[in-house]
Amino acid sequence: MSTPLKQIHLAAHFPGVNNTTVWSDPEAGSHIEFSSFAHFARTAERAKFDFLFLAEGLRLREQGGNIYDLDVVGRPDTFTILSALAAVTDRLGLTGTINSTFNEPYEVARQFASLDHLSGGRAAWNVVTSWDAFTGENFRRGGFLPQDERYSRAKEFLATATELFDSWRGDEIVADQTSGTFLGDARAGAFAHQGQHFDIAGQFNVPRSPQGRPVIFQAGDSEEGREFAAAAADAIFSRYSTLKEGQAFYTDVKGRLARHGRTHDQLLILPAATFVLGDTDAEARELAHEVRRQQVSGATAIKHLEFVWNRDLSAYDPDGPLPDIDPDPGEHTIARGRAQVRMYRDPLAVAREWRELAAANKWSIRDLVIETGNRQSFIGSPATVAETINSFVQADASDGFILVPHITPGGLDAFADTVVPLLQERGVFRTEYEGTTLRDHLGLAHPGTEAHQERAAS
Amino acid sequence: MSDTSSTPSTPLHLAVALDGAGWHPAAWREPQARPRELFDPAYWTDVVTEAERGLLDFVTFEDGLSLQSSRRTEPDGRTDQVRGRLDAVLIASRVAPLTRHIGLVPTVVATHTEPFHISKAIATLDYVSTGRAGLRIRVSRRRHEAEHFGRRTLPRFGPEDLDTPVVRELTAELFEEATDYIEVVRRLWDSWEDDAEIRDVATGRFIDRDKLHYIDFEGRHFSVKGPSITPRPPQGQPVVSALAHQSVPYRLVATSTDIGYITPHDPDQARATVAEIRTAQAAAGRAEEPVHIFGDLVVFLDDEPGAAAARLERLDAVAGQPYTSDAKVFTGTPAQLAELLLSWQPAGLSGFRLRPGVIGHDLEAITRGLVPELQRRGAFRRSYEADTLRGLLGLARPANRYATV
Repeated sequence: MSTPLKQIHLAAHFPGVNNTTVWSDPEAGSHIEFSSFAHFARTAERAKFDFLFLAEGLRLREQGGNIYDLDVVGRPDTFTILSALAAVTDRLGLTGTINSTFNEPYEVARQFASLDHLSGGRAAWNVVTSWDAFTGENFRRGGFLPQDERYSRAKEFLATATELFDSWRGDEIVADQTSGTFLGDARAGAFAHQGQHFDIAGQFNVPRSPQGRPVIFQAGDSEEGREFAAAAADAIFSRYSTLKEGQAFYTDVKGRLARHGRTHDQLLILPAATFVLGDTDAEARELAHEVRRQQVSGATAIKHLEFVWNRDLSAYDPDGPLPDIDPDPGEHTIARGRAQVRMYRDPLAVAREWRELAAANKWSIRDLVIETGNRQSFIGSPATVAETINSFVQADASDGFILVPHITPGGLDAFADTVVPLLQERGVFRTEYEGTTLRDHLGLAHPGTEAHQERAAS
Repeated sequence: MSDTSSTPSTPLHLAVALDGAGWHPAAWREPQARPRELFDPAYWTDVVTEAERGLLDFVTFEDGLSLQSSRRTEPDGRTDQVRGRLDAVLIASRVAPLTRHIGLVPTVVATHTEPFHISKAIATLDYVSTGRAGLRIRVSRRRHEAEHFGRRTLPRFGPEDLDTPVVRELTAELFEEATDYIEVVRRLWDSWEDDAEIRDVATGRFIDRDKLHYIDFEGRHFSVKGPSITPRPPQGQPVVSALAHQSVPYRLVATSTDIGYITPHDPDQARATVAEIRTAQAAAGRAEEPVHIFGDLVVFLDDEPGAAAARLERLDAVAGQPYTSDAKVFTGTPAQLAELLLSWQPAGLSGFRLRPGVIGHDLEAITRGLVPELQRRGAFRRSYEADTLRGLLGLARPANRYATV
């Protein structure tokens, strides 16, 4: 007998404020009006996706001292838009990115517990950290956190929020009109936390929510990030969508779980993945190339080169050869408010390699950026894409994917209509939601009982 | 009974303040209350839908960063009243796509939150409601709420100390911070000009960055650079409101808000408070700007004369003590309330924010009893005349402070 097929988890990432999103396409709609979010969420729910995913940024990006204007700019408040989406969907999970650096545990715990109540148990929190003083300029604390403390604060933030979620057991609201007892326990919500980053005590004021706690996502890729996820997350939003890289990451992170007393199925690995569909594989390949040209305009190509060169390259022609000068090896100053710039750890080597590639292939700056940039993860006919996704999941490159369409809000429609039915036919993707909460969709235990037992034992 | 029996007056504006099962502490024990559903979205949707059926201008949602308490300065440990609440901004947002006309005004605590976060949250509420968002700002001087955040230590004091210099100084400081807070929230709303998004395919530019603005606010309590991450909301400036009982908050109303809620117990008090706010408004250079003053009233309404007073008495017996409030407590028939509102209106009130004693009973008495009484007197709308909250309140969409003409 063969092992049973793994069930695939699928999620929809609302198109982000980067050049993956093609705003110049005639099909591209608003990135801020609620109708776009509602369309996108309804499509994901129609396709029985596990959840919708929303990223967050707390300072507009800058390059060369100016607000970056080539990509989509502007997005809504994470909590507020997710709560509104709870009104136009019934089952779809609602995952929001919320920064642990520029927030306080009491308020964030209250917002997630509220969102979980208001969505009937569909809330999830992608915990991210930042430390930069650039973002801090928008907040009371300013740039208060040394870089090497960001995970220590994030860990303590999450632990503190968990204490707040668990400060209600779930049976305190009696609301007995006859006896006049509303609250079964006057100490409901009592908490006290003392640590390096937080010293807080009192009573949490949101009763236990349907999921007990929101599902926890982690997205960082560093050693610390992986440990943080293995210790405390329910799912990882990773960036390894190729088979080999995906398998390596999967093995690494799942291998860490035992050390934290956790089992293999308690942490899902869900890479971000882009896709281009066509009637045939050849048509999809052609389309994919067109999309990449839309994603990388001449101006975008120059800006992208600046991440590596750490210099103003605006004088260069994107259709001409690469710059002869070397990258500025000093502190990175050209682009601010982006994670991307940290990906190039040795700019001189990258520049050398790119010059050689460009010379060998007769590529212009724009060609180089298009050709060396990330290709779409899945390119092909619906059958090819369904087969590839399934084979990746069965080969333990992931537990599913968080799909990032390049068009707002309709970029998911074709996938929902053509690829999902094929996955359903193969018996690897649900045809109906079996449960009502996001934990149900993801096959994660409800933490309610666990908290009860701990409390009963103490 | 005739539609033309009385002189048509300036139409009143009407809002309802929502808090749990209602403002009376025993409201949750009434048969019409749904005390087990206070944390369910269906309850809030039903309540706001009912308010919209009554063509009300807006609803406010109470909020706070600790368990409710019958004591002003500390927790009370009581278990016989509603305790626990959901975040007001998120309730408002959850209800927004399911309603079409009514304004949604959640409470926001300035003392412990980030103006940057709240500015984009209310802007987003304005997007999801297509122009019906507002906020009601409040401060918190409760020591135990500050301990939930661990960022500032507030002095310990009891109700008897409220008039001491220490508490007066604290109050002044917190309101000064709230004034800065609203300034930041408002600047962030304007930090994108309306036409900043250009999608110019020829040059590859999504925005015209000259139409985005740093707000560069520097104050005693925080500095905020900007611009917002959220484009200017549909109303430009969502509606800002505050409840005020004293000179310090009156000044906040005068300098920073579009609506002040006050708690007069008779028309003379209303007139005096309105005059004080208008003077402060002039001193702040805002004499020409419309600032609505709403009177707050707790209402118990029944059609049968005397029934509402009897009901309040019964509720008080259940609660074990007479109900008291900062606002005047009205008991009577919808027609009597209509007369009272119209007789107070000339004291300078644009409208009233009614706090239903029991939401399950008194909200419908407002929407199905009071509203028709006012309509019959030519004093209230018969259909929604605008699509935005500013529109309902007769407030123009303001020019952007950063736009060059």
